Amino acid sequence: MKTKFLLFSIVLMATSCGEKNTSEASTAIPIEKKSFTIKGSDTMLPVSQKEAEDFMKTDSLTSISVVGGGSGVGISALIDGSTDLCMASRDLKTEEKLKFSDKKMNITETVVGYDALSIIVNTENKVAQLTREQLEEIFTGKIKNWKEVGGANEKIVVYSRESSSGTYEFFKEHVMGKKNYANDVLSLSSTGAIVQSVSQTKGAIGYVGMAYADQSVKSLGVSYDQGKTFVLPSLATALDKTYPVSRPLFYFYDASKSLLVKPFVDYVLSAAGQKILGDIGYVPVK
Amino acid sequence: MQKLFLQKSICNRVKFFRKLLERLIEGLLMLSGGLTSLIVVLIVVFLFREGLGIFGSPSMETSSVLVVNKSNPIKSLTAAQIKNIFDQNITHWNEIGGKKDTIILFRIDDLTNYVSEEEVGANLENVPACLNKVVDSIPNILAFLPANKIPKNFKGVIVPSEKISPGTFLGGKEWFPTAEPAAQMGVLPLILGTLLVSFVAILIALPLGLSTAIYMGEIAPDGIRRIMKPVIELLAGIPSVVYGFFGLVVIVPLIKNAFGLDVGETALSGSIILAIMALPTIITISEDAMRNTPRAMKEASLALGATKWQTIYKVVIPYSASGITAAAILGIGRAVGETMAVLMVTGNASVMPHSILQPVRTIPATIAAELGEAPQGGLHYQALFALGCILFLITLIINLSVESISKRKKGERH
Repeated sequence: MKTKFLLFSIVLMATSCGEKNTSEASTAIPIEKKSFTIKGSDTMLPVSQKEAEDFMKTDSLTSISVVGGGSGVGISALIDGSTDLCMASRDLKTEEKLKFSDKKMNITETVVGYDALSIIVNTENKVAQLTREQLEEIFTGKIKNWKEVGGANEKIVVYSRESSSGTYEFFKEHVMGKKNYANDVLSLSSTGAIVQSVSQTKGAIGYVGMAYADQSVKSLGVSYDQGKTFVLPSLATALDKTYPVSRPLFYFYDASKSLLVKPFVDYVLSAAGQKILGDIGYVPVK
Repeated sequence: MQKLFLQKSICNRVKFFRKLLERLIEGLLMLSGGLTSLIVVLIVVFLFREGLGIFGSPSMETSSVLVVNKSNPIKSLTAAQIKNIFDQNITHWNEIGGKKDTIILFRIDDLTNYVSEEEVGANLENVPACLNKVVDSIPNILAFLPANKIPKNFKGVIVPSEKISPGTFLGGKEWFPTAEPAAQMGVLPLILGTLLVSFVAILIALPLGLSTAIYMGEIAPDGIRRIMKPVIELLAGIPSVVYGFFGLVVIVPLIKNAFGLDVGETALSGSIILAIMALPTIITISEDAMRNTPRAMKEASLALGATKWQTIYKVVIPYSASGITAAAILGIGRAVGETMAVLMVTGNASVMPHSILQPVRTIPATIAAELGEAPQGGLHYQALFALGCILFLITLIINLSVESISKRKKGERH
């Protein structure tokens, strides 16, 4: 019995010594491996993923994980510290700014590109253009039939994103004059679902990032000057800023994380990074 | 003699160790039981603690306030009035019992339309003073301002926001949890939507599931049964997102074309998907219950000259009624709590449901879609937890009725 105990304690000592040795060994080599998380807007998800992949090829010591969820999700994660870099397709709300200042966080915001929002309808729809005022009345539920805006006698089915989406907030602020959506608006949880639903519903209207509007749906021309000029969304019109429904894409980070994430943000702003952004369908800042 | 003694002592020692081992196992089992109960209790306490905070809190975030000019007779506004004013459905003060003038809306971003940027100051240090001036100079103003920018000697009047009561929460018909300035927290459409979708789902699933169970349990030859049962159980293993996508791409257009609707994302689409998802539960449990009918009873019935069908509905179904009821109610439970598939096919419009061919929003879908964005501890977060409490109570009632029904049936039989 005694010998067993002795043996046991020797083994225990040996293993504990071993642990000590390994931990010493790992601290002896200076740690250069860095890892951080990017979280937020689904609109920016493809950009951040591609940029992170390419960045990790050039800098093998950094590992980046990219998570979506919506701009609101990313910003609340930045507030409670569960992400290092937040991607957002809208600016901070006053309420969120106040939360950051309560936590004594010093947030840096960087605009890395622009996204044009396409207003999409079913391909069978005859309507080709709408003014901002008409869009506002459609999304607040005042206009309910396509014939009121020059289309066929068909009920308008309005698709919107869920309220966690930056696109939802941006659209409400810049197209709807901060008014609330009608409560019979159908809200879908992803951009892909909106394209899918609009393509299979005749009277549908919805909004998606320009990169998502494919051949299965029709993009509308939009006028912000009471119908004098209508502009269709395209890379060219977004670049020269004639297309009115476009929004900046942001990265937000706290000053304390600057050392960790700044090289990545700089990479996105570099010529190579901006080319990736352009290839995916967004508008570069430079 | 000594040998015998030795044998006895070894025997005793083995007995002792066996007892010790048994005690140890008993202890471990008790521990895991206790741990599970503790976790369940903790989660329920957490759910209710987070959820009940909604009642009595104001419908506006405390970081911002609504103010009016001191000459304005309006003393309070309901959340619904605030929303209608800011959506410009109410444009005159006399519509809500004030003077006959138009309401002038003011947000902090509008400040530079009223005062010059020099007055505000380079670092926005004069914002409180400017706000004071603006609110005091416009008699018909309704201003929505951040609370910490209100100066000490403020000349305007702060309008207190309405507190959320259980009545307005449970009876309210508008769900705009992120609306500014005042959130609209009416969950009635969500509760009714959940109940409607689940109820119709069970109406579809129950006859289908029961017929399948009877076929499998009593009629099908062994070979078919041996193939069918695993296939049906396989249905339970498919992730709900897959069901949701199937619903969006196949069921939604089908419903739209079959009924000639403008939009295919309806309560009925959700119900059909849920019915498919509840089928494995209903079939497996009710089939097991039917197979538990003693062979002697069935044979007695047949020996008395009853046909196979008479035996099924006079002997097998009454004998397994409690199991079948349990199957139905567990199926409803599955339907009530299902999130992802419903989120994808019901359209999620938070309107009061009038028919099953209309978009609805359910409680689980709402929680799934919105909880990620809701800042922890905020009004929206608490409202979603309160919705969780409601869902918990619904499933609790369902489970309690399963218990009582199966107990009653057992009591009748013996």
